[in-house]
Amino acid sequence: MTRAGRWIRQRLILVVALLVLLYLFAPIFVVMLMSFNEPKSKLSYTFDGFTWANWQHPCRPYGLCDAVSTSLRIGLLATVIATALGTLMAFAMVRHRFRGRAGANLFIFLPMASPEIVLGSSLLALFVSSGFGGKLGFWTVLIAHVMFCLSFVVVTVKARLTGMDSRLEQAAMDLYANEWQTFWRVTFPLVFPGILAAALLSFSLSFDDFIITNLNAGTTVTFPMFVWGSAQRDIPPQINVVGTAMFLLALVLVLGGELARRRRTR
Amino acid sequence: MSAVGQLGAASAAPPAKVERSGRRFTGYLLLLPGGLWLLLFFVVPLVSLLAASLYDPNGSIESGFKMTWHFQNFVDTMADYARPFGRSLWYSLLTTLFCLLLGYPLAYAIAMKAGRWKNFMLALVIAPFFTSFLIRTLSWKLLLSDNGFVVDALKWLHILGPDGRLLATTTAVVTGLTYNFLPFMVLPLYASLERIDPRLIEAGGDLFANPFTTFRTVTLPLSMPGVVAGTLLTFIPAAGDYINAQLLGTPKQRMIGNDIQRLFSAGAYPTAAALSVTLMAAIVVLVLVYVRRAGTEELL
Repeated sequence: MTRAGRWIRQRLILVVALLVLLYLFAPIFVVMLMSFNEPKSKLSYTFDGFTWANWQHPCRPYGLCDAVSTSLRIGLLATVIATALGTLMAFAMVRHRFRGRAGANLFIFLPMASPEIVLGSSLLALFVSSGFGGKLGFWTVLIAHVMFCLSFVVVTVKARLTGMDSRLEQAAMDLYANEWQTFWRVTFPLVFPGILAAALLSFSLSFDDFIITNLNAGTTVTFPMFVWGSAQRDIPPQINVVGTAMFLLALVLVLGGELARRRRTR
Repeated sequence: MSAVGQLGAASAAPPAKVERSGRRFTGYLLLLPGGLWLLLFFVVPLVSLLAASLYDPNGSIESGFKMTWHFQNFVDTMADYARPFGRSLWYSLLTTLFCLLLGYPLAYAIAMKAGRWKNFMLALVIAPFFTSFLIRTLSWKLLLSDNGFVVDALKWLHILGPDGRLLATTTAVVTGLTYNFLPFMVLPLYASLERIDPRLIEAGGDLFANPFTTFRTVTLPLSMPGVVAGTLLTFIPAAGDYINAQLLGTPKQRMIGNDIQRLFSAGAYPTAAALSVTLMAAIVVLVLVYVRRAGTEELL
């Protein structure tokens, strides 16, 4: 009886988990479907008919592709800067003992624990009070994105560093590698997956950010801002093309990484 | 890392001492660029937000704002915005609760039952992030719309009356919020569940505890760090969100983020800043009380 009960319970939890995953994916299916939509009127947001046209002409809605390119540029720059600075910080936090380490930890954690609206509005308050209120745009958005990506990079790289076996480095030093060689030949390759994950996370955070960006962008339009603007008027189906494409791209990257990992461990 | 340091100390004592003080200096050096960025664009802005909340509310962008230590701003904004403020905290509490209820089984299944599918399922949890969160919220608008199949199904089941609707209700806003912040709950929960030694759970079974008792006395307490981290990562961003309230709700479901955003765009900086500061303060107080009661202070 208890064995039968346990059997059901074990399957039950998997069924519940799959239902929750379905909930997570329901809107994605809608986005994919709507990317093939041929809306009858400009304002309609129901599936009216099938067409390939949106995928053939993704740039037709005025300003969409400019917004995507702005988001890509900001995302790439923010990722590079935040990943570099954050990785250095993670090394400092895990590999070095210094006074004020606990304080530094809290300091890095705080931006993640602040609501976006507070982060965005405080940056705006700074920009306005320091006379940059009229110069809001690409650079102020970039500054903001690096700021909120940093903490996530530190946490991700730190997790990888903490889980690393330091005996491997010890062994390298035993074999007369100097600190520099040990770092590049042993430490860095081992930490690299963590750095890559942090970079991917930064890019997706930056590309997707709306609340902070909207407050600090001035007249610059990023992709999420374009979506927001069109949500007030008409929603061009091409928005769903961009959403689907981003999703598929990420899926290919993640699955490709997983396959490569499995092949290596085999 | 200390092992490496010890190794150096064992082989050559005097240079190791030099190296160690050098290493401490390196720590600060590595921290410096990122730390400066956070100082300049996180701490200084918070101070200027605090300052802006005390400006004379009669100023404007054109004429500039004067610092008058106008503490009355806080009293005025609380009188005007108490309702959306309370609503925000209430909605994010509900959101956190639903995320925990949905996220725990998912995290548990991934950590304990998924086997070789573990990484794949974990990737599926993160995957929705890559479709812009605004687009996903817009598709909830479609899913919950009055002639959508969700509403039809609920009407057929008589859960919803013939005139019942989901869009533009509290249900829709909380559904959207729960949806958006669920991965933030699942990931820390997974991390702490995965660390649990399965032998402990087996031991519970061996000691004739039924699965439920084993869960309550072994698994759940051991996963508490994940529960605390997950609830914080859900509650805090949800309290400041305004996208879901805007796209899935009506002005009746307005949250404090909607007002802060609107006031900032209208150039009413002192009022908006006062609201923002109050939100932050409320969150800090709630989080401190919660973390203390959960007994996991070492997390922060």
